[in-house]
Amino acid sequence: MIEIRDLTKKYGSFTALDHLNLTLTEGTVFGFVGANGAGKSTTFSILATLLSPTTGDAFINGKSIIKEPTEVRKQIGYMPDFFGVYDQLKVDEYLDFYGASYGIPSAERKLLIPQLLELVNLTTKRYEYVDLLSRGMKQRLCLARALIHDPNVLILDEPASGLDPRARVEMRDILRHLKTMGKTILISSHILPELAEMCDEIGVIDNGKLIAHGNVAAIQAQLQGEKRIAIKVTEKLVEVRAFLEEDPLISAIDVVENRLEIVFNYRGTDAEQVALLKKAVMADLPIYAVSEEEKDLEDVFMAITKGADSP
Amino acid sequence: MMERVYNPVFVKELKLRFRSFKSFSGLMFYLAVLCVFIVGFLLVTTEFTGRGFFKPDISFIMFAVLSIVQMALVLFITPSLTAGAISSERERQTLPILLTTTQSSTQIIIGKLLSSVAFLVLMLIAGLPLYSLVFLFGGVAPSQVVSIFLFYLVTVLAIGSIGVMFSTITKRTIVAMIATYGSIIFLGGITAFFFFLTIAFHGMTAAVGNSWMSYFWAAINPGALMLTLISPEMGEGLTEVSGVSLPVWVTYLIVYSLIIVFSLTIAIRKLRANMKNNR
Ligand SMILES: Nc1ncnc2c1ncn2[C@@H]1O[C@H](COP(=O)(O)OP(=O)(O)O)[C@@H](O)[C@H]1O
Ligand SMILES: [Mg+2]
Repeated sequence: MIEIRDLTKKYGSFTALDHLNLTLTEGTVFGFVGANGAGKSTTFSILATLLSPTTGDAFINGKSIIKEPTEVRKQIGYMPDFFGVYDQLKVDEYLDFYGASYGIPSAERKLLIPQLLELVNLTTKRYEYVDLLSRGMKQRLCLARALIHDPNVLILDEPASGLDPRARVEMRDILRHLKTMGKTILISSHILPELAEMCDEIGVIDNGKLIAHGNVAAIQAQLQGEKRIAIKVTEKLVEVRAFLEEDPLISAIDVVENRLEIVFNYRGTDAEQVALLKKAVMADLPIYAVSEEEKDLEDVFMAITKGADSP
Repeated sequence: MMERVYNPVFVKELKLRFRSFKSFSGLMFYLAVLCVFIVGFLLVTTEFTGRGFFKPDISFIMFAVLSIVQMALVLFITPSLTAGAISSERERQTLPILLTTTQSSTQIIIGKLLSSVAFLVLMLIAGLPLYSLVFLFGGVAPSQVVSIFLFYLVTVLAIGSIGVMFSTITKRTIVAMIATYGSIIFLGGITAFFFFLTIAFHGMTAAVGNSWMSYFWAAINPGALMLTLISPEMGEGLTEVSGVSLPVWVTYLIVYSLIIVFSLTIAIRKLRANMKNNR
């Protein structure tokens, strides 16, 4: 359970986070989306007890990040957006060091390390030097490191950035697996579609403000406002178009002549849409198919962030 | 029980230290300087006496100079070992991860300091066989050697703490390094200058009574400390000029302990500077 209450962070006079409020129940996979500089890393650094908020507080399983940072550190596994590794350390020594840093006894660490490496597909790299691993491997190693004390909350700041498509898929599969283990996962990205498929909830942040929060479908509905509807007719394109132009809720009509299809934006409610279709049938228009075009999340994201960007 | 005293940072740092070429070359440099010095000294002194033997009083001079050279080397090497303690983690972007572990700031800072000190102690031990030459020729009491090594340790801890402190409060290693060398120049050089200045001033004004000021400047100077440890007459000389009879090592011990406590407190407080609540 994560509760963020009125979190504000100012850097001098610049407000990086503006009264952020968010509650996540246990086991949720939360996608945190926003353009570069929106405030994602700032939020995650505060949750990871690296940064004090200017005002507000956050609670991880009831522990305040301000008053009980050590307790919070036990509960979270954090992966920063940019991180380094120690050269001259081997993969298993790397994990052993962090295991010890969480106070895990040596005997337990010895059992844990192979399991973690198995989880992130690095078993074969156990005795290699960490700085010689590829970027994708380092990223997975860092994830294994974040899991070493078996935290129930994972805070992952752009874990897929800079990875090639194959490495992304691997990372996603691991995250899916962690989700089935019941961990609460916060994951940020500046690319929305990357997140949509594995998140239960999405929050959109822009200029330090949370401008949308909900499940993927709800966000889409909340943000879209207008639907894009396509109808197909057998004939009478001109008449259908004239009929549509009379409706004030319709705009941006496009006629695709060679496919006998008309596409338009519709601002009405579902009930109003029913009435519209009824009217069209009554008017004897030869409509044989109506469909709603899926706007992909990327378009939605572009639209909202553009909207909120203007000062 | 082992787990209680186990300091992960200390263990990791030592491991990294022994694997790096820099430490190896540092150790070699140290031993090479000592060897060159000893061989040179032997050549020059046997030349003087004309014959191939070595008198205890010359052996004593060698011991004295060797101790001071070793102190200088320790002062020279300590900053390079400690000034990167925290700032290099910051530069390599490993610090945030370290700070999100459940280790306390105190544990991290102490681990960093002690790993550097351990390396320097190893260095001093590696140089001990060269010292045995001195014993071979006589003229020096083993207890003297022990007390000198104890004061190396105090000095290393103090300079090391200063290095770790600067490493914590500055963003870049190079800045921390410069600041730490600056502190050494102050303790080893500028204090001597102040000492002579205050002595001269004291003499000029023909003031009666003690010159606590000149005593203080001498007492915090590692070179002056070495001289008084090596030859008690030096201490008596200082008492004569300054009028203060407190042994230099007592003051040195107090001041350097304060430096250690002060520097470490700052470092521990500032390690998680972006968090209000830290220990
Ligand atoms: N230490 C800092 N000092 C001043 N401004 C900062 C600092 N860190 C971040 N910022 C600013 O805060 C805003 C949010 O940054 P960040 O949280 O890193 O964004 P994101 O992770 O969403 O890309 C940015 O405009 C950034 O320039
Ligand atoms: Mg970021």
